[in-house]
Amino acid sequence: MADITDQKTRSFPKLEFTDSEAGALDFPSSKSRTYNYYKPAKLRATMYEDVTVDVQPDPDRHLTQGWIYGFGDGPGGYPKEWTKAQSSNWHTFLDPNEEWEQTIYRNNSAVVRQVNLCLENAKRAGAYANWNHAWVAFIQRNLGAWMHAENGIALHVFTSIQRSAPTNMINNAVAVAAAHKMRFAQDLALYNLDLSEAGIDFDGAAHRDVWQNAPEWQPTRRTVEELTAVGDWAELTFATNIVFEQLVGQLFRSELVMQIAARNGDYITPTIVGTGENDYARDLAASRNLFQLLVRDEQHGAANKELFAQWLSTWVPKCLAAAHALQPIWSQPAEKTITFATSLDAAKDKFRTLLEEIGLDIPKELDQ
Amino acid sequence: MSRQSLTKAHAKISELTWEPTFATPATRFGTDYTFEKAPKKDPLKQIMRSYFPMEEEKDNRVFGAMDGAVRGNMFRQVQQRWLEWQKLFLSIIPFPEISAARAMPMAIDAVPNPEIHNGLAVQMIDEVRHSTIQMNLKKLYMNQYIDPAGFDMTEKAFANNYAGTIGRQFGEGFITGDAITAANIYLTVVAETAFTNTLFVAMPDEAAANGDYLLPTVFHSVQSDESRHISNGYSILLMALADERNRPLLERDLRYAWWNNHCVVDAAIGTFIEYGTKDRRKDRESYAEMWRRWIYDDYYRSYLLPLEKYGLTIPHDLVEEAWNRITNKGYVHEVARFFATGWPVNYWRIDTMTDTDFEWFEEKYPGWYGKYGKWWESYNRLAYPGRNKPIAFEDVGYQYPHRCWTCMVPALIREDMVVEKVDDQWRTYCSETCYWTDAVAFRSEYEGRETPNMGRLTGFREWETLHHDKDLADIVKDLGYVRDDGKTLIGQPHLDLDPQKMWTLDDIRGNTFMSPNVLLNEMSDAERAAHVAEYRANGTKVA
Ligand SMILES: [Fe+2]
Ligand SMILES: [Fe+2]
Ligand SMILES: [Zn+2]
Repeated sequence: MADITDQKTRSFPKLEFTDSEAGALDFPSSKSRTYNYYKPAKLRATMYEDVTVDVQPDPDRHLTQGWIYGFGDGPGGYPKEWTKAQSSNWHTFLDPNEEWEQTIYRNNSAVVRQVNLCLENAKRAGAYANWNHAWVAFIQRNLGAWMHAENGIALHVFTSIQRSAPTNMINNAVAVAAAHKMRFAQDLALYNLDLSEAGIDFDGAAHRDVWQNAPEWQPTRRTVEELTAVGDWAELTFATNIVFEQLVGQLFRSELVMQIAARNGDYITPTIVGTGENDYARDLAASRNLFQLLVRDEQHGAANKELFAQWLSTWVPKCLAAAHALQPIWSQPAEKTITFATSLDAAKDKFRTLLEEIGLDIPKELDQ
Repeated sequence: MSRQSLTKAHAKISELTWEPTFATPATRFGTDYTFEKAPKKDPLKQIMRSYFPMEEEKDNRVFGAMDGAVRGNMFRQVQQRWLEWQKLFLSIIPFPEISAARAMPMAIDAVPNPEIHNGLAVQMIDEVRHSTIQMNLKKLYMNQYIDPAGFDMTEKAFANNYAGTIGRQFGEGFITGDAITAANIYLTVVAETAFTNTLFVAMPDEAAANGDYLLPTVFHSVQSDESRHISNGYSILLMALADERNRPLLERDLRYAWWNNHCVVDAAIGTFIEYGTKDRRKDRESYAEMWRRWIYDDYYRSYLLPLEKYGLTIPHDLVEEAWNRITNKGYVHEVARFFATGWPVNYWRIDTMTDTDFEWFEEKYPGWYGKYGKWWESYNRLAYPGRNKPIAFEDVGYQYPHRCWTCMVPALIREDMVVEKVDDQWRTYCSETCYWTDAVAFRSEYEGRETPNMGRLTGFREWETLHHDKDLADIVKDLGYVRDDGKTLIGQPHLDLDPQKMWTLDDIRGNTFMSPNVLLNEMSDAERAAHVAEYRANGTKVA
């Protein structure tokens, strides 16, 4: 038998029954079990509101000592002057997707599983072997170029915006959009890697030169780079999610790739690009709500409307130029099931509807 | 994924960046650092395809533990002494977390090398995770713990409380001023690398000893993301070191960031661990012992010291002085006593101390009883309303302290207090280094060179100024620290929940609260000199 007499005495904290659970006693506030420093949008606070509202403080709400650090050339915190858009209460914006820790990881993991499954099946089924030469080239060049745009927007548009908006609700929604874009850009890149290892005539390095030099893609690259140079966070959100994504992003993803892939024997690409479309639909819902609120603002609505009209007149021509430059890629696939004009009209129609929902006039530039 | 395919995947993801030729990203946040000579480094990219499922898995464990804690009636064995301090801690910490997310584009803007941008953007998502998961934990405490008061007003209380403001530096400091000072040196090189171990590991371990195993579950899960953040910060630090011109700025920022983190984090976490626990086993580590292990050995000796081979002067003197303040100058004990003195303007309750506590303190910090024992005995004696005023207004040989203009923890080590006229105002500082931070470091010029991007200390930095010459009852009411009967205070100097033993607004009315800084600025030169001399000589007056 083992001798246990000289074992070192281990020391443990003593647990004690304290009866410290809710309801054990009645006393003032013993039933005060809701966050009471903000008014929820509906009768009951949502989980999203509870974990988001007022985490970024605001001198207009409870912050009494003000921001305790400033920038060398101006106040610290989240100055409202970082955009020309104005709101009588920025805090009314709530993310319609109610994103927080749990939704971010659940939703994105679900997408990851879907994409992985799709790619595994494609490999097993030898799905790429049936692609015709023109389609291989189309994906190699164009989806390859596009993934740069997604990545640039992730890192230098949405990641950047979430430092600047005056509430936690806006900033978190934008941070989630950045996560979406980063995941989607990587999915496209890793798809590109799969294709270059699929034993077909696919050049995995071609995308760089297309993005950097191909004439049809240069106006798109220019627009993305110009977006990243915008300092006003609301303009950047507007120009990216309302204008660029509609007239260029959706044009390419929904009105071209999603429409023609199947007819070209490709059922893999739509699954992957579809996840990006789905992300965008969510992120757009948030942007739409934000700009709708600003247009409907009793105090500042008129000024905002004017401001957004200016932004439209700046960004619609740039994005249309990018769209038109892309026209040649419509004739690259063997099966040309849709014309550029049809695709662009569809994109413009959706864009008009979106502007109407927000409450903005259709800019004359759209018809040029 | 195999190692080979992982390597290929990393290489492929690197192909997503490009050199812009039409326009470059707006520089919203400037820095005085330069990165022209920064070496190209290629840290591992985070692959989102692995990242999301990995984090989801961690989350599932956290949520499982939360369900289990509720079903298993964890709160029947949670120590109230401990959980009350969580009302303070959990009101503060989601803000630093979300601020870390907000800081990432500042680092991305400042460092032109695209190789590190991906890691920083992933850190942003992690930090959104941390902030919201902590808010959710707090909500669970509010729902399940016997006394929800204080949890229920958490973010408001954080925003109007003196202690909330101290904590807010650890957050605002990440997102304001020179982008590298803030988002790299203060946030990552010091706060994350040095202090998350005490915050997210040592402190939650103490929670477990007090019957709460949820805090460790959540915070260990948070901490498991930190090693990636630490390596992001280290990459930027190495890039900055490549340029000689950055050296003075790095040395300035290490001194500021180290000292401010010490002042703020050791004050809070030291108090929670030493005064919030019921675990008085003599062989349980004191905060000082934990500090020696986590900060002195793991951070100072293993991380900071090796930086000297790059020719960087690291703040040895300030590391030693922080240690000296903790072990010899009673820093944590002074802070705890200050928190307890101010109990009516707290949104948490602070327990009285027993003989068992006294014995443990004396064992771990010899001489403790002689210095603090009498005061805590007075605290016990004055715990209930009716016969006496709150302890701050009774003569127990304790003078309400001046606040440090920089770190906003009061100048509690009284002999060290610095008093100077800065920006036309008489200001008090807890230490020479806090004085230097305000007067020298946070300025538009440093050692003869222009530093236009350096931040400024702003705001109503002395909390007491806002409440000067008002009745204590009105102050508490204005702050909203009143329970739902409209009169009983949230803060109490004991844990008894018998309404008869709890203080109400009426019990504290008739005490006028004066701002030490306002009074100091009203004094003549001679009065001020005498006042300061007495303050420095004072330490603890023996009653
Ligand atoms: Fe964090
Ligand atoms: Fe972190
Ligand atoms: Zn200080």
